[in-house]
Amino acid sequence: MTTTSPATSSTETEQHGFKAHSDGGDAFVPVQTRSERFGSTNVADFPAVTGREPAWKYTPVAQLSDLIDGELNGSEYPFEAPAVDGVTVAWVGRDDKRIGTAGTPENKAAANAWTAFEKALVISVTGEEEKTFRLHRTDLGDGARAAHTVIEAAPHSRALVILENAGQAALTENIEIIVGDGAQLTVVSVQEWAEDARHLAEHFAEIGRDAKLKHVAVTLGGKIVRVNPSTHLGSQGADIEALGVYFADAHQHLEQHVYVDHDAENTRSRVSYKGALQGEGAHTVWIGDVLIRQTGTATDSYEENRNLVLSEGTRADSVPNLEIETGDIAGAGHASATGRFDDEQLFYLMARGIAEADARRLVVHGFLVEIIQRIGDAELGERIEAAIERELAAGDLPS
Amino acid sequence: MSVLEIRDLHVSVETDQGTKPILRGVDLTLNSNETHAIMGPNGSGKSTLAYTIAGHPKYTVDSGSITLDGEDVLEMSVDERARAGIFLAMQYPVEIPGVTVSNFLRTAKTAIDGEAPAIRTWIKDVRTAMDNLRMDKVFAERNVNEGFSGGEKKRHEILQLELLKPKFAVLDETDSGLDVDALKIVSEGVNRAQENTDLGVLLITHYTRILRYIKPDHVHVFVNGKVAEQGGPELADRLENEGYDRYLQTADQA
Repeated sequence: MTTTSPATSSTETEQHGFKAHSDGGDAFVPVQTRSERFGSTNVADFPAVTGREPAWKYTPVAQLSDLIDGELNGSEYPFEAPAVDGVTVAWVGRDDKRIGTAGTPENKAAANAWTAFEKALVISVTGEEEKTFRLHRTDLGDGARAAHTVIEAAPHSRALVILENAGQAALTENIEIIVGDGAQLTVVSVQEWAEDARHLAEHFAEIGRDAKLKHVAVTLGGKIVRVNPSTHLGSQGADIEALGVYFADAHQHLEQHVYVDHDAENTRSRVSYKGALQGEGAHTVWIGDVLIRQTGTATDSYEENRNLVLSEGTRADSVPNLEIETGDIAGAGHASATGRFDDEQLFYLMARGIAEADARRLVVHGFLVEIIQRIGDAELGERIEAAIERELAAGDLPS
Repeated sequence: MSVLEIRDLHVSVETDQGTKPILRGVDLTLNSNETHAIMGPNGSGKSTLAYTIAGHPKYTVDSGSITLDGEDVLEMSVDERARAGIFLAMQYPVEIPGVTVSNFLRTAKTAIDGEAPAIRTWIKDVRTAMDNLRMDKVFAERNVNEGFSGGEKKRHEILQLELLKPKFAVLDETDSGLDVDALKIVSEGVNRAQENTDLGVLLITHYTRILRYIKPDHVHVFVNGKVAEQGGPELADRLENEGYDRYLQTADQA
C-alpha cells in the first residue's frame, strides 16, 4: 500500500461549482459522469477488475479478489435482533418483489453478492410512533460470503434502525433501503469488525415523496471496509441526510463512495463525512458524487468531507464531485478539507496544562462530535465515542 | 510570594546548518508582582527565552538552570510547567481544529486546578473576563484561533491568562500587530491579572509602545543571546529615543 505523508494539507471549497473536480490527479482525462456508469445484478456482465476503474481506483483490489469475483457463500447467517413493536424481520426468497427496487450494482463485487445470495433479510417498519430497532451480526466467518438486505419503511412510518457489525468477516453485500411516502427513517450502519475483516457494502436508497432518510455510516474496525451509500431522490420533496464518521488506524483501509441522485423537484441532500487517521498505513477514501438532473429543479444540496490527520504515514483521499444538469437550483455546494494535528498544536494545548493524551482526545472528540450528535441517539453516540477513545488509546502515538 | 530564577542559561537550536547557539548565558530573577521587560533587536534570543521557559521541544538547554520556587523547571514536561504556574502568551497562537474556545478554556482550567471548576462561578468568570477584554459572547463557540484576527488571538491569550491565574506569565511580543485600542485592552488585562493575583510578568517586546500601558520595574536589553544592559524604566525611554543601534555596533565589534 502506498503511504503518503501529508506534509501539506489541502483545502478546497467551491460553491455552485459547475465543473467536476479532477478525479485524483488524472488531469485532462474526461471524468465519466456518474449517471452513465454501467449497472447489472449479474456478476458475469462485468469485466475483470483491474483496479483502474473509477469504482476501484483507490481500493486495494488485490486483497479483495475472492469478494470481487470468487465463489461466495450466499446462505442465511445468524443475527440477533431484539423484538420491537412495528418492526418485523424475516428471510425471503430471491423472487420477492421488493428486491431490486432501490438500486442496481455498479461494480463487480456488488454484482457478485447479488448473484450469490440465496435469501434476503427483510426488515419492515410500520407505524408512526418513534422506535429503535437493532440488528447485530457478529463473526460471519473467514469464508467469502454474500448477503442481501432490504429495509422497508411503510408510508408515514418512523424508526431508527441500527445495523451493528462485529467480529470476523469476509463479506460483500447489498442493502436496499425503501422509504415510503412521508416516512422518516434513520439507518445507522456501524462497522466495528475485527482487525482482519474485509467488508464491501453497497447501500441503495429510494426515497418517497416528502420522505426523509438519515443514513449514517460509522466505520471503526476492519482491515478493508468499503461502504458506498447511493440515494435516488426520485420523488418531490425527498430528503437525504448522509452522515459518516470513520477512524482509521495503522494499516486500515476505510473507504466510502457517497452518491446522491437528485431526480425530482424540491429534493434536498446534505452529505457530511468526517474522519480521523492515525498510524502508519492508515488510508481513508471519500468520494462524494452529487448529480442534479434536469428533473431536479429547485433542489438544495451540500456535501462535505473533512479529515483530521493525527500522525505521519497516513493518507486521506477526498474527492467531491458535483454535476448539475439544470439551471434552476436552490443551492449546491461542496467542501473538502484535510487538517493536521501537529506538534505546534500539541505544544499549545500542553502549555495550558493539558496532558498529551488528553490533548489528542480533546481534538479528536471535538472534530467528530458534531456528526455523532446528529445521529440523534444518545446511547449509540456514547458507544461510538467510547469506541473512538479505545482507538485513540490503542494507537501508536508518536512521541 | 514566588520566584522564577534563570541562571547562566545556554540554549541552542538544531538548524539545517547544524547546531546554532542562541542564548549564551542568561541570568534573570523574576519575583511575584514584578514586571520585567525584555527588549532587543530581532534575532537577539528574546523568543527563544520565552519558549525555553515554556518547554518547547525545538530548543535544547545546553547548560544553566531555570527554577520556580526552587523546583527544577527544566525537568518538567510542557504541561507540568503550566500546572506549576508558568504561562506563555504566544506571539503566533495556533489554530486547534474542532475544539471550541469554551471547551478549551474549561479543559485547561480543569487541568491546571486538578479539578473541574464549579459550573456557575466558572461561567460567570468567563463572561466577566470576556466582557473586560471586549470579546463578543459568540467567541466562546468558535474553534480555538480558527479565523481569529491578530487582535482576537492576542485577546484570547490574555483571556486565558486571566482565567488560568498562573504565578508567572511570559508575554511573547503580545503587542505586535495590535492597533492602539487593542493594545490598551490587552494591557489592561495584564495589569488586572497582576492586581488580582500578584502575577510576575516577563514582557518580551521589540518596541517600547506597550510600556506606556504596562509599567516595567526592570528593563533588560538582549543582544546576541545575552543581557547587554539592564536598568529601570528610564532605560526603555532611552531605547525609544536611540533604538538598538548602540548595542548592535558594540556587538559587531565584539
